[in-house]
Amino acid sequence: MSLAILAVDDSRTMRDMIRLALLPAGFTVHTADDGLHGMEVLEGIDPDAIITDINMPRMDGFGFIDAVRGQDRHRATPILVLTTEAAPELKQRARAAGATGWIVKPFDPDKLVKALRMVAG
Amino acid sequence: MSEQNDPMAEIRASFFIECEELLEALQDGLQIMSDDADDSETINVVFRAVHSIKGGAGAFGLEFLVRFAHRYETVLDEVRAGRLDVTPDALKVFYRAADHLWDLVRISRDGLPEPEAHTADLLTALDGLLGDRGPADEAEEDAQIDFQPQALSLTLDLAGGGDLPSLDPHGPGCLRIRFTPLAELFESGNEPALLLRNLCELGRATVRCDTSRVPPLAELAPGAPHLGWEITLETDADESEIASVFEFVEGLCHLEISAENAADDPPQPQELPRFDPVSDLDASPPLADAANPAPRPLSPTPREPTAPVSPKPAASASRTVVRVDLERIERLVNLVGELVINQAMLSQSLERSGLSPHSDAMNGLEEFQRLTRDIQDSVMMIRAQPVKSLFQRMSRIVREASAAVDKDVRLVVHGEDTEVDKTVIERLADPLTHMIRNAVDHGLESRAARLEAGKPEQGQVHLSAAHRSGRVVIEISDDGAGINRARVQQIAIEKGLIPADAVLSDSEIDNLLFLPGFSTAQQISDLSGRGVGMDVVRTAIQALGGRITTTSQPGAGTTFSISLPLTLAVLDGMVVDVAGETLVLPLNLVVETLTLGAGDVQMLRPGRNVVRVRSGFVPLLDLGAALGYRDPLTDFNGSVVLLIAQEDGSTAALLIDNIVDQRQVVIKGLDESFHRAPGIAAATILGDGQIALILDPSDIISNAMSPHQPMATLHRAEGAIA
Repeated sequence: MSLAILAVDDSRTMRDMIRLALLPAGFTVHTADDGLHGMEVLEGIDPDAIITDINMPRMDGFGFIDAVRGQDRHRATPILVLTTEAAPELKQRARAAGATGWIVKPFDPDKLVKALRMVAG
Repeated sequence: MSEQNDPMAEIRASFFIECEELLEALQDGLQIMSDDADDSETINVVFRAVHSIKGGAGAFGLEFLVRFAHRYETVLDEVRAGRLDVTPDALKVFYRAADHLWDLVRISRDGLPEPEAHTADLLTALDGLLGDRGPADEAEEDAQIDFQPQALSLTLDLAGGGDLPSLDPHGPGCLRIRFTPLAELFESGNEPALLLRNLCELGRATVRCDTSRVPPLAELAPGAPHLGWEITLETDADESEIASVFEFVEGLCHLEISAENAADDPPQPQELPRFDPVSDLDASPPLADAANPAPRPLSPTPREPTAPVSPKPAASASRTVVRVDLERIERLVNLVGELVINQAMLSQSLERSGLSPHSDAMNGLEEFQRLTRDIQDSVMMIRAQPVKSLFQRMSRIVREASAAVDKDVRLVVHGEDTEVDKTVIERLADPLTHMIRNAVDHGLESRAARLEAGKPEQGQVHLSAAHRSGRVVIEISDDGAGINRARVQQIAIEKGLIPADAVLSDSEIDNLLFLPGFSTAQQISDLSGRGVGMDVVRTAIQALGGRITTTSQPGAGTTFSISLPLTLAVLDGMVVDVAGETLVLPLNLVVETLTLGAGDVQMLRPGRNVVRVRSGFVPLLDLGAALGYRDPLTDFNGSVVLLIAQEDGSTAALLIDNIVDQRQVVIKGLDESFHRAPGIAAATILGDGQIALILDPSDIISNAMSPHQPMATLHRAEGAIA
């Protein structure tokens, strides 16, 4: 099944890696450079799931999740947080903002695909 | 970019390019912080730069880079959280750590071994900043970040679940799982149907839905979950696989997992008395409700950022960057060069054919010329790049050099956005490094000497770049003691570079610094002036088609000024005829052309003439004679002169026979095997296939106008070395 994904990360390397991991699995991948850009991109697409980094300029991951959840049509869109930190309080903060799950960097492509299928079908 | 390339290798290469950008941002941020203008966004930028490097490095398994970036980031995070003040000492450590991060990035890129001692020093310095918040848990953290690619780390302490039962390792076990979502599970975008499906994929599963808590329709609250499930799962999957299914919903549901065949009976749940078989999970009506919960309670975080956002595809499009191998651009530059030559050939032959200037062919040619120029400008723009990265490297050189000689030096940078051809920038790095080191080491006085001279203890080195009449001018100046000319002259005499009785002007003495013999002097450390390796610097600058000049004021400092062409490929030239030879002069240096009348030229003394230009006089140089093509002219009536702008702002007149054309010429560097002749910058191919020399008029003028004996000696010395 082809899923459309929006990946938000300020690191070009990370965006490239995500694309490289997801394209062979048949996903459609959109990317954005930060939270604010992510909100712009989101206006033109309707992704099955969103992946977002936390530390980003202009609008960070928490702000982005909050803004996405604030939109009615994305109230239940799965959002995975992609982070280098595995600290429980960070997961807690991400969840409080409305994140669906989290993936610890560096990620394994197969597991990223699996996690996306797990939350987005 | 081609498909047969390894995509990971490409991403890796682009990661290192990204690292350089991040390191530049890091340097900028530190600079802003040290200018006392630090705000929370600056420290965020600095933090994110280090953080992103760490993230990417982790993806490529660059462990020592990850480890160092992590510790650096930990300290920056303390600053970000307001728990650590940015003192000047802390900034010094941050700068050094940033420098080291540069090194580690390069080392990682080139696959070299880590300089462990240096890393250890810096880690100690970073830890020192943390004080008693010290690295108590660093060992543990190190272990954690020393990761292999691994995801979905599991630290399950499932709510209401307790420990997972251990499964029979020899065969499929049978698990009974009770799963009751809370409202929060839906608010986070999780979906029970998908969880159940994933669970079912692990083995043979029977799923029952508990609908006992579904209230009568009239009382149904759409936002509140009412369903629970009990799953019996026959599986040989291990604990972690089961747990990973529920990882994201940890704490968002009631979850009990027990072994079916446990000796004690499975606990009969009070709250889940009845299970109905469910064949189609998605069809379950209450679930459908639950999947669309009521709007979750909003957190106080304002949602304004989303409101003003309008569709701006252009905004994101403008950020799109294509990375191209430099070789491909070189090829394009060469092709454009050929196009320019070809266009010149075509113009020439069409003009010779005697066509009317209003003919279609001539009009087409004009358009062709315009297009060629546009293409060429565009291609050059691809290669242009701000000198910023180069200047940032210089700030590191200042830090290191000043620490080595125990001087307090501040580098002030101007015009770092000035764009120059990439090749020029790359080839400037070594000469600039040399000059910056010189400025710190020899240009600036010691702390004590500065205080004694009534100057602030902190010395300043200025580094600036600017576009000036089609060239880029880079200046390195210090506020040191200036060149000790008496000493310089004395050393030059001792070295036999100039006669003992030579009478030199100040600028001639300053120029002695560029002599090869001078720079190799052993007692250079005694010298309070300049001299180390300046001949190498000058050679490198000249190889770029540039010039370097010095001005110095005793007690106030020294300035080195480098003037360079913007590009190494194409030049707007004035094609002239001198004694039957065709020569090209850079058009931007020609400020005016004049035809001489009787009485315009006056002789100061034999061989030294001046031209009257409006209210003043300008020295006249007979180009044909200076280049040795013919004897000096004696009758100037009707001759053509070009007024040439000099670097120092003065003007000189070059006498030529005829102006042929103004056109773009493609610069072809002269082969290394040729002797560098003063005044000859390069060569070009003209439209008719003829080769013409491109002159450096400033060089010719300065050589010809200084017929003093000492300078002649200098050239001999230079020639002997070269």
